[in-house]
Formats: sequence, structure tokens, C-alpha cells
Amino acid sequence: MALSGMRGLSVFISDVRNCQNKEQERLRVDKELGNVRTRFKNEKGLSPYEKKKYVWKMLYIYMLGYDVDFGHMEAVSLISAPKYPEKQVGYIVTACLLNENHDFLRLAINTVRNDIIGRNETFQCLALTLVGNIGGREFAESLAADVQKLLISSSCRPLVRKKAALCLLRLYRKNPDVVNVDGWADRMAQLLDERDLGVLTSSMSLLVALVSNNHEAYWSCLPKCVKTLERLARNQDIPQEYTYYGIPSPWLQVKTMRALQYFPTVEDPNTRRSLFEVLQRILMGTDVVKNVNKNNASHAVLFEALALVMHLDAEKEMMSQCVALLGKFIAVREPNIRYLGLENMTRMLMVTDVQDIIKRHQAQIITSLKDPDISIRRRALDLLYGMCDVSNAKDIVEELLQYLSSADFAMREELSLKAAILAEKFAPDLSWYVDVILQLIDKAGDFVSDDIWFRVVQFVTNNEDLQSYAAAKAREYLNKPAIHETMVKVSAYILGEYGHLLARRPGYSPKELFTIIHEKHPTVSTSTIPILLSSYAKILMHTQPPEPELQNQIWTIFNKYESCIDVEIQQRAAEYFALSRKGASLMDILAEMPKFPERQSALIRKAEDAEVDTAEQSAIKLRAQQQMSTALVVTDQRPPNGMPAQPSIGPLSLVKVPSETVDSQNPGDQGLTHPNGVVYKEDPQPPSQDIIGDLLGTLSIEGPPGAVAQSPQSATYEAEGAPSAADAAALVPVGEESGSVQPIGNINERFYALCLKDSGVLYEDPNIQIGIKAEWRAHQGRLVLFLGNKNTASLGSVQALILPPTHLKMELSLVPETIPPRAQVQCPLEVMNLRPSRDVAVLDFSYKFGPTMVNVKLRLPAVLNKFLQPITVSPEEFFPQWRSLSGPPLKLQEVVRGVRPLPLPEMANLFNTYRLTVCPGLVSVIPCVSDRFMNLLNMFLLVEVELTGVPLSLV
Amino acid sequence: MIHFVLLISRQGKVRLTKWYSPYSQKERSKVIRELSGIVLNRGPKLCNFVEWRGHRVVYRRYAGLYFCMCIDEADNELEVLDIIHHFVEILDRYFGSVCELDLIFNFHKAYYILDEVLIAGEFQESSKRTIIRLLSTHDSMVEMAKEEATSIGNMIAQVTK
Repeated sequence: MALSGMRGLSVFISDVRNCQNKEQERLRVDKELGNVRTRFKNEKGLSPYEKKKYVWKMLYIYMLGYDVDFGHMEAVSLISAPKYPEKQVGYIVTACLLNENHDFLRLAINTVRNDIIGRNETFQCLALTLVGNIGGREFAESLAADVQKLLISSSCRPLVRKKAALCLLRLYRKNPDVVNVDGWADRMAQLLDERDLGVLTSSMSLLVALVSNNHEAYWSCLPKCVKTLERLARNQDIPQEYTYYGIPSPWLQVKTMRALQYFPTVEDPNTRRSLFEVLQRILMGTDVVKNVNKNNASHAVLFEALALVMHLDAEKEMMSQCVALLGKFIAVREPNIRYLGLENMTRMLMVTDVQDIIKRHQAQIITSLKDPDISIRRRALDLLYGMCDVSNAKDIVEELLQYLSSADFAMREELSLKAAILAEKFAPDLSWYVDVILQLIDKAGDFVSDDIWFRVVQFVTNNEDLQSYAAAKAREYLNKPAIHETMVKVSAYILGEYGHLLARRPGYSPKELFTIIHEKHPTVSTSTIPILLSSYAKILMHTQPPEPELQNQIWTIFNKYESCIDVEIQQRAAEYFALSRKGASLMDILAEMPKFPERQSALIRKAEDAEVDTAEQSAIKLRAQQQMSTALVVTDQRPPNGMPAQPSIGPLSLVKVPSETVDSQNPGDQGLTHPNGVVYKEDPQPPSQDIIGDLLGTLSIEGPPGAVAQSPQSATYEAEGAPSAADAAALVPVGEESGSVQPIGNINERFYALCLKDSGVLYEDPNIQIGIKAEWRAHQGRLVLFLGNKNTASLGSVQALILPPTHLKMELSLVPETIPPRAQVQCPLEVMNLRPSRDVAVLDFSYKFGPTMVNVKLRLPAVLNKFLQPITVSPEEFFPQWRSLSGPPLKLQEVVRGVRPLPLPEMANLFNTYRLTVCPGLVSVIPCVSDRFMNLLNMFLLVEVELTGVPLSLV
Repeated sequence: MIHFVLLISRQGKVRLTKWYSPYSQKERSKVIRELSGIVLNRGPKLCNFVEWRGHRVVYRRYAGLYFCMCIDEADNELEVLDIIHHFVEILDRYFGSVCELDLIFNFHKAYYILDEVLIAGEFQESSKRTIIRLLSTHDSMVEMAKEEATSIGNMIAQVTK
């Protein structure tokens, strides 16, 4: 079957294949191109057959990797040929040679449209395929309506309709406006009733794209998706030809489950039940078999089912079942399954409450870090990074460090960045952190970016306890014969700053320190010399009484660099030289660096940047965004992608002042004027947030960061304790906050958000983040407050007082007085509701950071609706009860005006989050909501909401 | 969605390329160069997925030929692996135990077959029978056109039209 049916083409292909080398091949191809070019020039003499042949040759040459910059016109013109063989060639070659941005394509739009609306089914197929594969915006605008018509036409055969569905999907991607939501949602639902599985598969792909952008409009498709999935999973009524290795179209199953992942929930209990039954069946009924293809197919379905279960927040039991399955997968030999097991386990981390089960597999995951397959190693690294927390950080980071020496180069940078971030985030103690980073630099210096060593310097500077330890460590590393230049930088910096703390120990005299640093001097590049010069200047300053010999040595060096071509070096040398002759005043100028302002780690920012992905919004990402609040609580402080990462620099930039002003404000402040002795004359930029800004921000003379923290103002945010009776939802306005520590995000908004959900962030400022997680059972509730210290220094005098209103009984467990750096403390809080009331409990929280006392009063989201328990009541039961209530105080009516119009399902959703059930069966005009309030008191709460006239009544 | 399909031989020769996302000529050759470097150098018994520039490339080797498809990170990798195998099975059934030579000399048919499996980078038809039936109709239409062109009667008919 090796004959193409076109002799000239076959001969050409054989010729090319017979070429001995690339050069010969090029000659042969050039000859052919010349030939084709001349033939195209006098087009008139070309028969359709010849034209077709030459166009194929062009495609072949193009495929071999040669530039084919002519003949596009001929290919496009074949599209309008009257006969099938030529037309088909025109379509296929055009679709291969051109992309949507080629101008030539415009010429074809009309012909293509004629083929689409024409009667010839075969031509329709060709045209739809072309548009589906390379159609751009212009195609979308001029053809979408025709394509839609074909898709829903009852006279078209499935053959055409399935192509129309995918073609429409392409056009929708190019221009979402082409699918008119209002009219289309119903049509889409009808398409899901399609009997032909080919059309159904294509339609399902279309639905996935539509719901990924707007699930609201397509709620009616949800039950149909579940039905389809049921039918497939039970293999009911599936033609033999649509099974693949005995599995009913795995593709359709996967797509259906993908579509379901874009709906936030499945509300209808019956649909939900049947969906879970199917999922359970898939989870349990998939075995690893010998046949590779069958295995692939069944596991494609299984992994999609896992993703859907995660999305649906199944019961804990089912979740642990999933984790157990994944645990099995990451231990199997089959590499694909292992890879996907690791990947899905990483996704699973988003789901609360399973982290502990995942942790049990740590050893197995570490094994995968040493797998021969780099793809698997990458997944393992990602998973380890994701599952790391305070409890296992030491093990994981040490494992990563160990792996670093043997890891491939492609992974080292990522590996070292991740190790550095984990070490920083979860360090059980800071000396360990210093150890890790120094080891990191030692083992993989080339892959350690500057921000990593900047960061360790920041930590050391900000923690006095750490300084002599770090100096000793740095000294140790300098003893090694060959060390990485980054190590020279960091050691020189630390020894210059803190070497004097150890001056009494043997080997730490200024002279010895200088010698050991200076030994490295010949090997370093110009970027390191300025740091060395600063260190020398500092050593010189700490040498009391001065040693003339050392002084002379250092002065010689300064002298030498005074004429250096590098301006930075020259300036430092000249200034240090001049300054060091000033004697006593040197002490002030070269004093220790002030503390760095607390900022979001540049490393974490960098990691986030790397994660920015241009891909279409995926179900998983959407989910990640929905889950972010939980993730924040659980994983301490991984800022969500979606939220603007406004780091703690904010307040600092507000008070940035020229150095002169700072001086006058802090006259006695150790003479901080020019912290490292370098006088920067101009500094017009605001403190930059980039990498340099992180370290050098304070090196230049912006307001020393201490200035903010040192002003002993206490910040107090007043939150009114007594709620106004105005409305149940919007409770109290929070007073304007004052003071120097500004909260991040709006406290009010955070509170309202928490009234509707059970976990999230209650409060955040540059120093602390307070997360909350709650569980409610009838009149009782259990909250956990997560107090996370974001700083590299401890927070002291931590106090949390609960000011409960009379109707709530609240008991807060002991809150520790200090929160260690980077640690998170959990404080359980028990709540019991004694009677219904709209008053709110307030948390009076205070802590001390440096000299600053911060006090905030935060409303706790233990609000009325949390204690409600939804029950289902039929309209027949509801109305008699409703009517039997006479009036105030049992029945209240309130009219709310100016409410933003809400679609019905959204409204129902809102009520659900308030723990009110919408009675089934009452549509559009009066959805009635009924509820029971607290077992104990056995009170009923009936709510009637009339949408048209907008009266809102409460009983 | 599938961004592109690539068939490369073990020697690095391209046997078929199909781009569903817009790549310029220059980008196309760059992608081919990069990916053949990565995929061809992977040993046996490794998994069928490679991470590449924020995308996943799913590949599978059949004799000396690598079938590669590039997808988004969040897509279902195994599903795509199934598509590759499904495509190969159709080729196999159509050519009758397909080999690389079939695809070299009949590359235009391979393109046509691929168009029946994928459109817009999405999977189109899972029934092998339906596709094979279509392919034979297609072949007979080409044949018929050939015969028509040669038959004199037809020529007369065209003239008198």
C-alpha cells in the first residue's frame, strides 16, 4: 500500500529518501522547488491533476523543514475547484501550510462559506474541518451563524454535525460573542440528548469550553451530563463500536466529568446521589490489568473521576478513599500511573483534611525524587514542596539538599529555589534556616540566585540571636579551599557585620578575619569586590585599638581600587578610604545595619511568577481560586495567584522620608545616617520591590525601616461591638483605622465573606495573619483561630480576648503570649448559642511587634445564620404555617430597595449559603424558604421572598 | 486542547505536523527542534509525558516513529495517550499493518485521517468503524473522479452542459 497513486509525487519522495546526505537532499529539494515555481508561473497550462500534485509536493517539502514561501495562493485557489479530489487537496494543504493569521485565508472565506451552506455534504465536511483547524476571528464573525445552524439542523447527518460542533468551539475560542448565551443554553441542553455518540462527544467538548467561561447559563446541562455519565459508566445502550478496549468511550466519559467540574456544586440531591454512585463505581471498579491500552483508558477515566470527587468536596470517607488510591498509584511500577498519582496528589493538597493522610506517603514520594525519569522527579518535587509544613520541613528540606548534588542541571535552579522557600517558611528554628541556605550555596552555588543570599542576610540582620551563629558558620565555610563566589559574598558580608561579636574566640581576631576573607579576593569577580571592600571597612572599624599593620594593609587595598574602572568599586574605595581616616566618627557611620523592613519574600514572589500560566482557565485553577481562602489557612501563607500580592512594603512606602528628615526625628538613633558608609547622593526612586530593593533598599538612604516601628504609636482599630438592628446581613460599620500598622485587605469584606463560608482569613497585616475555620452543629460551633506570624522576628504580648454578646457562650483556649517567627498557632474556640440574636461577638486582639503595640477589634463570624439548620418543607406544608402567623413580632416585613437583580439560581445559592433551603417546586415568583432554628429551642424560621414586588419578610 | 500533533522518526525526520494553535513558521521549526531533542533522548520504560514550557507533551513510540501531542497542563494526559493509540489503530486498519513507509508515501492520506480524528485540537470520533467507512467513501470518490475525467462520454457530457 506504499503507492500514493501519484507517480510524480512517489518518485520525488523516493529521490529525497535516497539522498546520501543533507546537502544532496537540499539540492534535490531546490530543484523540485524551482520546477514547481516555474509550473505555477504559467498556471494556464496546468491540469487540475498536476496542480494537485505540485501542491502535495510543496507540503512534503514544507514538512521536511524547508521554507516554502510561494504557492500558498495556488493551494488556496484549489479550494474553489469544482471537483472533490482537487478541492480536498486545497483544503488539507491550506490547513497545513497556513495559520489563522495569514492574509491569504481571507481570500478563501467566501468559497468556504459557500461550501458550508451548500448542499454537498462532503464539501461541508471539508470546509468545517478547515475552519475548525485554522479559522480565526474573521471566520468567527462571518461563519458562526451558519455553523450553528448546521449543528442543530435535524436534516444534517451526524457526520456533518459533529464537525460543526467542534468548528463552533474553535470559533467560540476566537470570539466568545459568537455564541449567544440566551438562545444557546437550551440548544446546548438539547444537544446533550443526542443519540449519536460522535455528535455527543463533540458537543461535550463544546460544552466544556462554554461552561468554563460561564457555568451560570448552563445549569440545565448539569443533570444531562450526569445522565450521560451514568449511561456510559454502566455501559447501557452503548454500541459496540463506541467501546475502546471494552470501555465505553473513555473520551466521552472524561469530557463529561470535565464539564461537571466547572459547576461549583451539584445541588439537586437526587442528581448528586446518582453522580456519587457512578463515581464510586469508577473509583472502586478500576483495576490494573496487563493490557497497556486498556489500562490507559480505564485510568484516564479514573483520574478524571478523582478530580471530580475532589471538586465536589465529597464526604471525608470518599476523600480518604481517593487518597488511598493515589497512595497505591505512587507506589506502582507503571510510570504513567505513578506520574499521574503524584500529580493528582499535589492537587489533592488543595482539599482540606487530607494533608495528614498524604504525609504518610512521604517516604514513597521521596523515592520518586530519585526516579530515573525526570518527569516523575519533577512531579515528586512539586508534591514535596506542596506538602511541606512545619512538622516535616526538616526532613523534606534535608532530602532536597541531599538530592541537589545529584540532580540534573535542568532541575537544580528550581530545586534550590524551592528548598530555600521551604526553609524560610517552615524553619523550626532560624539557625537551621541559616544552615540550609549556606549548604545550598555550597552545593549548588551556580543555581542559587542572588535573592536567596539577600534573604538570609535579611534574616540574620533582623535576629540578634542569629548573628554570632551565622558569623561562626560563615567562618567555617571560608576555611574550605574552594568555595562558590556567592559563598564568598555572603560570608564576607556576615563576617564584616558580625565577625566582631566573636572577637574573643581564637581565629576571629580582626586580622585573622581579614586574612581569611582576603584570601578569596583574587578569585572573585567585580560584583563581589564592593562587598569585600565594605567588609574590610567594617573590620577596620571594629579593630579597637587600631592595629597599624592591618590598617595599612586595608588602606593599600582601598588605594589600589580608587582608580578602578568600575564606578561602584571606585566610589566605595575612595569613600571608605576617606572615612576610615576620620577615626572615631567612623564608628557611627559604619555601625551595624539596621533591621530590614518585613517584606514578602522575593523568593516566593519569584516562584509565583514562574507559575503564571497562559493556558486557558482550567477547572483546577478555577477551583484553586475558589479554595484559596482555605489554602491560606492551611498552608500558612502562600498568597493566591488571583489576589494582588500587596506585600508589607505598603505602609513603609507611605512613610518614606528623605534621610535628613529621619535624622532629625531620630537624633540619637545610633547615627544611622549612612548605614554602610556609602553616601548616595540621589535616591529619587521609591523603595523598589524588586530583588535589589529587598536588600539594597536599606543600604541606600531611604528612611531607615526602624523609623516606622520605632514610633511607639499603638494602632487601634475600633470595631463597634453593638450591632445596629438595621439589617441582619450587613451588621456594623467598622471605624476608620488609624496608626502605623495597616491591615491588608478590607476587614469588613473579610468578615462578610466569612459570614457566608466557614474558612478564610479574618484579618491580615504586615506582621500577622489570622485565619479562621469553623464547624457548626446545631446550636454549637467550633472555631479554630490560626494566628500566623509572617515575620522573621517573634511577636510578643499576644493577647486575645473574646467579648461575647449575652446570647453566646464562648470559650477560647489558651493563646500563647509569643508567636515564634514564621510560626502558626492554632487556638480552638467553642461557641454555644443560647438564644437567637443578631448581636455579634468581638475578638479583641493585640500583639507587640518591636516597640509597636497593635490592637484590633474584630467581629467574629459566629452570626445568626450559622446556627440554622435547613430542612425541607413542601409548599403545602409551608403555606398553612406561614398564614397561621399573625404579625409582629412573629412576622416582620422588610422591603429592600435598590437590590442588584440576581438570577434565580444565584439567589437560591445565596440563601443556601445562609443555610436556608429553598422549597422545591415553587418557581420564579415566590421561592419560599423554610428553616428550623436550633434543635434545642425548636423554633422555626420561615422566610418568604417575593421577587416581583420585592417584599422581604421575616418571621 | 491539543496544540499540535507531531510525528517524528527516530532519526529526527518529521513525518507529519499539524498545528491547532497559531504558530508562525519560525516557531514551528523551533518547536520541532526542541521537542525532538527532548523526546528522542528519553529512554525506554519512562512515562509517556514530558513537561515542556508550561505544557505537557504526551508521546508514544511505535517502532521507529514517535507520535507526540502537546496539551495544556490541566488536560487529561491518559486521554490523549488513548487518542494517539486510537489514531494508530485507524492507520493500522486502513493501511493494513501500517509501517513508516506507508506514512511517508501516503502522507496526504495520513493528514486526511487525522482530520477525521481531531478538529480544533479536540477529539472528534471514537468509532473506528465510522472513520474507516468514511475513508473508503473518500477513496472511491477520488477514484470515481479519475474515471470520470478519463471517460470520453463524460467529456462530451461536460461540453454539452
